[in-house]
Amino acid sequence: MKNPRPNSTIKLGEWLITFFIRAAGYVSILYVTLIILFLLREGLPAFKNVDLSSLFGEVWYPIEGYYSIWPLLFGSITVTIGAAVIAIPLGVGTAVFISELAPPWAKEILKPLVEVLAGLPSVVLGFFGILVLSPFLRQALNLPTGLTAFTGSLLLGWSAIPTIVSVAEDALNTVPRTYREGAQALGTTQWQTIWGVTVPAARSGIITAVMLGIGRVIGETMAVMMVTGNAPVLPEGLNAFFLPIRTMTATIASEMGEVAQGSIHYQVLFLVGIILFFLSLVINVVSFMVSSRRMKRTERLLS
Amino acid sequence: MSKRIFLILVCLGLLLAGCGSSSNSSDGSGGSGTNIQNKGSDTMVNLALAWAEAYQKLHPEILISVTGGGTGTGISALMNNTVDLANASRIISEEEIGQAQSLGFEPKQYIVAQDAIAVIVNRENPVDALTMEQISAIYRGEYTNWSELGGEDRPIVCLSRETNSGTHVYFLETVVRLGNKEDKSIFSPKTLLLPSSEGIIAEVRDNPNAIGYDGLGYVTDEVKTLAIAPAPGEEPILPSIETVNNAAYPISRELFMYTRGEPNDTIKAYLEWILSPEAQEIVRSLGFVPVKVNQ
Repeated sequence: MKNPRPNSTIKLGEWLITFFIRAAGYVSILYVTLIILFLLREGLPAFKNVDLSSLFGEVWYPIEGYYSIWPLLFGSITVTIGAAVIAIPLGVGTAVFISELAPPWAKEILKPLVEVLAGLPSVVLGFFGILVLSPFLRQALNLPTGLTAFTGSLLLGWSAIPTIVSVAEDALNTVPRTYREGAQALGTTQWQTIWGVTVPAARSGIITAVMLGIGRVIGETMAVMMVTGNAPVLPEGLNAFFLPIRTMTATIASEMGEVAQGSIHYQVLFLVGIILFFLSLVINVVSFMVSSRRMKRTERLLS
Repeated sequence: MSKRIFLILVCLGLLLAGCGSSSNSSDGSGGSGTNIQNKGSDTMVNLALAWAEAYQKLHPEILISVTGGGTGTGISALMNNTVDLANASRIISEEEIGQAQSLGFEPKQYIVAQDAIAVIVNRENPVDALTMEQISAIYRGEYTNWSELGGEDRPIVCLSRETNSGTHVYFLETVVRLGNKEDKSIFSPKTLLLPSSEGIIAEVRDNPNAIGYDGLGYVTDEVKTLAIAPAPGEEPILPSIETVNNAAYPISRELFMYTRGEPNDTIKAYLEWILSPEAQEIVRSLGFVPVKVNQ
């Protein structure tokens, strides 16, 4: 075999490519580390400069020195749970339908439609929420105001569905055909095949889809700021779901512009950012653990 | 080995170049001669835009860009030297002056217009007038139902601007605390903090439970403006140019522009023009109140 180029050129080229790929990996690790360090450096002094009793009090009103993060944390959690309850069944259900049940023509229409939905900017969703959804909910449910946690959950649920659908659908598609055929050869119905074989086999991908969806919900800012009313109230019960709340992201977005760098308010906003960061970290770690454990079990079963 | 080091240096160089260009673009916007950057109070955005348009017609060589974001945002931008003129719907605070001095300049204040803050409710709401004490109690969360104030049996939903708004701070000091500096009460946590003036108008227009406040320039016919009695038993007064000028309406204030120290000639000429009768006529046409002539 004749080589058109000398060996050393190939070696150098390969070395360059490997170097760039490796550098890309290291740089992204470096970035994440630097972001964490920056967050910690700007946010941790808040513990020193604000009384713990104020930090874990009841009132968030930073221009008068009330810095309780509880209302914001509960606000974010309320909206996220609501959105997850709406988005997970709808999203996974749509993915199963597209991948397993839909006739080809429906599949061809649905897939691009879902992708278009994923590209919808959240400001547009927020506008829709303010002008249509919130007045409708106020009248339909007889609420004092339509700007509530529930309105935010609905919108965010919708914005998370496309993410869940496209990732979960990909996961379902990677399940080998032989699994379904094998199940059907054993005489299972279509529903039993989906519920007992296909979905469990794609479980890790589906969990990743759900976590990505929830991650999008927690980090969502614009739509939430527009429709949840931004009142930093501590929830007192289940009806808090139908009352205004204030999320961590909306707080950072609306207050970061006014704070003086290095002030206490600035540090507390970074502390809120740290909490937000760790919340999504926990979600990612949990989903990773769940999906890897599942994988081991299915591998054992199949081997 | 030397190749590896070289590549790392190239990468670092690229990174630094990226940082450098982004910081340049934000710095370059401030302080140029024919380009005036103007940012701040959302209450004043429409007014500042109208002024900028009219002034650019007279002086086509001058480019004025106007953005909102809130008084606090505008003053921060002035500190960071990203704007030449900050619009403010409240007087600059002691802390902000101290901060400016530590950055090496003295903010210079210009009174450019006056504004009344209208308290607004839905058109379906039968309540027409309230006293200052009643509005304060509503926003402190002491009244929760309109029937306590002679209205229908409906919950009260209080709307406010975000805390970075000068209108928010002014309303807190003048209405919620009734001008009492010792008073440390704050808005009830149930108060909805909306990010824009338009958001408040939209919610009040649609929601018969809502009460809100906004600069008079923003109030439209789609909502009802309440007459306000300065004290119980006194005549309730609707906001207007006359009632602001004779100080009868209790919630009115001056609107300001701030510069970084002594302005350059371009900005000075612009500020002088703003106080001219022609520019003050724009103030009137937008629903604000012109600066008193004998000032």
